[in-house]
Amino acid sequence: MASRELEGMYQQVILDHAKEKHGFGLREGASGSSHQINPTCGDEVTLRVHRAADDSLASISWEGQGCSISTASASLLSDLIDELPEAEVRRRIDAFRELMQSKGTIDGDDELLGDAVALGGVSRYITRIKCAMLPWVALEHALATPA
Amino acid sequence: MRVSPRIRAGSPVSGEVGAIRGELRGAGGAGGAANADPGTHGRNAGAAGTLVSLVTIDLNAPTSTREPDTRALDDAAVARIRADFPILAREVNGHPLVYLDSGATSQKPQSVIDVERAYYDTVNAAVHRGAHTLAGEATELFENARATVARFVGAADDEIVWTSNATEGLNLLAYSMSNASLGRGGEDAARFRLGPGDEIVVTELEHHANLVPWQELAFRTGATLRVIGLDDEGRIRLDEGPDAAANVIGARTRLVAFTHVSNVLGAVNPVERLVDLAHAVGALVVLDACQSAPHLPLDLHALDVDFAVFSGHKMLAPTGIGVLYGRSELLNALPPFLTGGSMITTVGLTESEFLPAPMRFEAGTQRVSQAIALATACDYLDAIGMHRIEAWEAALGQRLYEGLAGIPGVRILGPAPDARTERVGLASFVVDGIHSHDVGQFLDDRGIAVRVGHHCAQPVHRRYGITATTRASAYLYTTTAEVDAAIEAVADSRSFFRVA
Repeated sequence: MASRELEGMYQQVILDHAKEKHGFGLREGASGSSHQINPTCGDEVTLRVHRAADDSLASISWEGQGCSISTASASLLSDLIDELPEAEVRRRIDAFRELMQSKGTIDGDDELLGDAVALGGVSRYITRIKCAMLPWVALEHALATPA
Repeated sequence: MRVSPRIRAGSPVSGEVGAIRGELRGAGGAGGAANADPGTHGRNAGAAGTLVSLVTIDLNAPTSTREPDTRALDDAAVARIRADFPILAREVNGHPLVYLDSGATSQKPQSVIDVERAYYDTVNAAVHRGAHTLAGEATELFENARATVARFVGAADDEIVWTSNATEGLNLLAYSMSNASLGRGGEDAARFRLGPGDEIVVTELEHHANLVPWQELAFRTGATLRVIGLDDEGRIRLDEGPDAAANVIGARTRLVAFTHVSNVLGAVNPVERLVDLAHAVGALVVLDACQSAPHLPLDLHALDVDFAVFSGHKMLAPTGIGVLYGRSELLNALPPFLTGGSMITTVGLTESEFLPAPMRFEAGTQRVSQAIALATACDYLDAIGMHRIEAWEAALGQRLYEGLAGIPGVRILGPAPDARTERVGLASFVVDGIHSHDVGQFLDDRGIAVRVGHHCAQPVHRRYGITATTRASAYLYTTTAEVDAAIEAVADSRSFFRVA
C-alpha cells in the first residue's frame, strides 16, 4: 500500500506532531521573530524566540500552515528548545541541516536532535527537504532579528 | 534543390499518427517509416542516421492527403498514442509512471525529440543571416515552422512572434506598451500608451504570468489595475456585482487580459463575451492560451482577440519556445521590447530603424530547433485531431471530477462540468486534513505525478480560502485506468494519513 521509504518519512511520531503541534500559538514577550515562506507551495511559518533572564533560549512559539512535514518539524523543534544557550541552539540547527542534506546516509544524533531525528527519512526526498527546514531556518533568522 | 517544408523525423510513430503516411516522410526519402505497430516503436529504430529528413520535395506539395480521422479516441487508440512517448514506458518508485502533470508541462513524442536532433545533425545554422546553403535551409525550416504554428492556431504567419514561453510573451507586450507610453513608436503606437486614469483589467483567476507583468506595467505608467471577480463556484462574474466584467470594463479600460482556460479551475472561460465587452469600449484583449492551445481547437481569428500567448512545452514541444500572437496591424504599430541584431533595417550610431513584425520582436539568435520542434508537435496534434483530443480530455476530466467528488472530505475547485460549463481534463482539489504536499507525496509513491501547491495562481487559491491544492491534469496520452489509479490513491491517502 505504501513503500518502506514513504513509511520511513511519515513515521508515527511525525504524524502525531503534525496533529498535536507543540509550541503552536504565538506568545508575547519574544526577543526575536521571523516569518518564512516556501514560495514553491505557499507554506509559511511565523516563529518567535523567547529568552530567559540569562539570555539563553527559554522556548519558541510558532504559527503557520503547511504540510505534515513542515508542521511536525516546527513541533519537534519546539520540544527541543528548552532553556538552551544560543550556541547550543545553533549547533543543533547545524546538526539538523547536516541530517537533511545527508540523502539518508546518516541517522542523526538524538542527543542533539531528540525526536527530530525521525525527520531523517525526509532527506531521501529532495523536494521535501525545504519543508522540514522551514521552521529551523525561521529560528536561525529569529535569533538575529529583533521582534 | 529545395528542402522540405519541415524536417521529417522518420522515426516510427503510432498507428494513430502513422495512418497519415503521406505526411511522415521517412529517412532519406524512404517514406512510409510510419509504423502502425507500436511494438516496433522505440530507440532501436531511432539511430540518428535514419531519422533524417531533408527530403527534396516541392515546398508547395500537399503535406497530407489523408481524410481526417473523426472516430472518438478510446483507450485502445490512446495506447497507440502512448507508444510514441518514450517516457511513458518508465517506472517511478517501482510503479508504471502515471503522468498527471501535463498542465505544468507535457511529455514529448519521439517525432519531436527526433526532429530537434535531426536539425542539429543535418542543418544547424543561424537563421536570417549568412548566404551559405545551411543558412538558407535553416531559415526556410524556421519560417515554415512559423507557418505551421500559425495555421494550428488560426493566425497569419506574420502574426506569430517566437518567444521563450508565454511568460516572455506577456512581458514583451507589457514592456512594448511601456515603451509606447514613453513615446516610442510615435503616433502609430498611441493606442498602446498608458498613463494615470487608464485602466488595465485582469481576472482573479490569472496565472501569475498574466498578472504580475500587468501590475508592473501599471506601476511604470501610472495606470490602474482592476480585477474582475469570481463567483463562489469559480466562474468569472460577468454581470452581477461590482466586480463583474460588465461593471469593471468601462470607458477607462485600455486592455483586458484573461485566461482562456484556468490552470487551476480547468473551466473554459467565456471568451466571446469578454471580447465583446472589451471591444465595445475600444480596449485591447490579451488571451492567455497556455491551457487551451494544447487541449482544444484554437482559432485566434475567430475568437477575435488582439493578442494571445502560449508555451510550446505544454503542447508536446521542447522548453524554450513559445508564441506571442498579435493582430498584424497591431504588431506593426507596437514598438519593440528587446533590441539588437536581426530586428533592424538601418542602424546608425545614434538611432536605428526596425523591421516589421514579427522580426521586430525577435532580436538576437533565435530558437531554431525549438521552433521546428514546436511545428512538429503541432503536426502531431493535428494528425490526431484537436477535436478528438478535446473530447477525450473532457471525458477524462468528467471521470476525474466525479471520482474525486465521490471521496469523503475531497473538495474540487471550480464549477462542476455541466451544460453551461466546459472543463478540460484537469482538477485541483483539497483533501480535508491532508496538506497537498502530503497527498502528492503519497501519489508519487505509487508513480503518480501530480502538481501540488498554488500552481502559480495564489489569488485564486486565496479567493477560496486555501493556500495549496493538489492538481491532476490529463492530456491526449492519459488513459482512463490512470485517472482511476489517481482517484484510488487519493482515497487511500486518507487512511495512510489517518483522516479516514
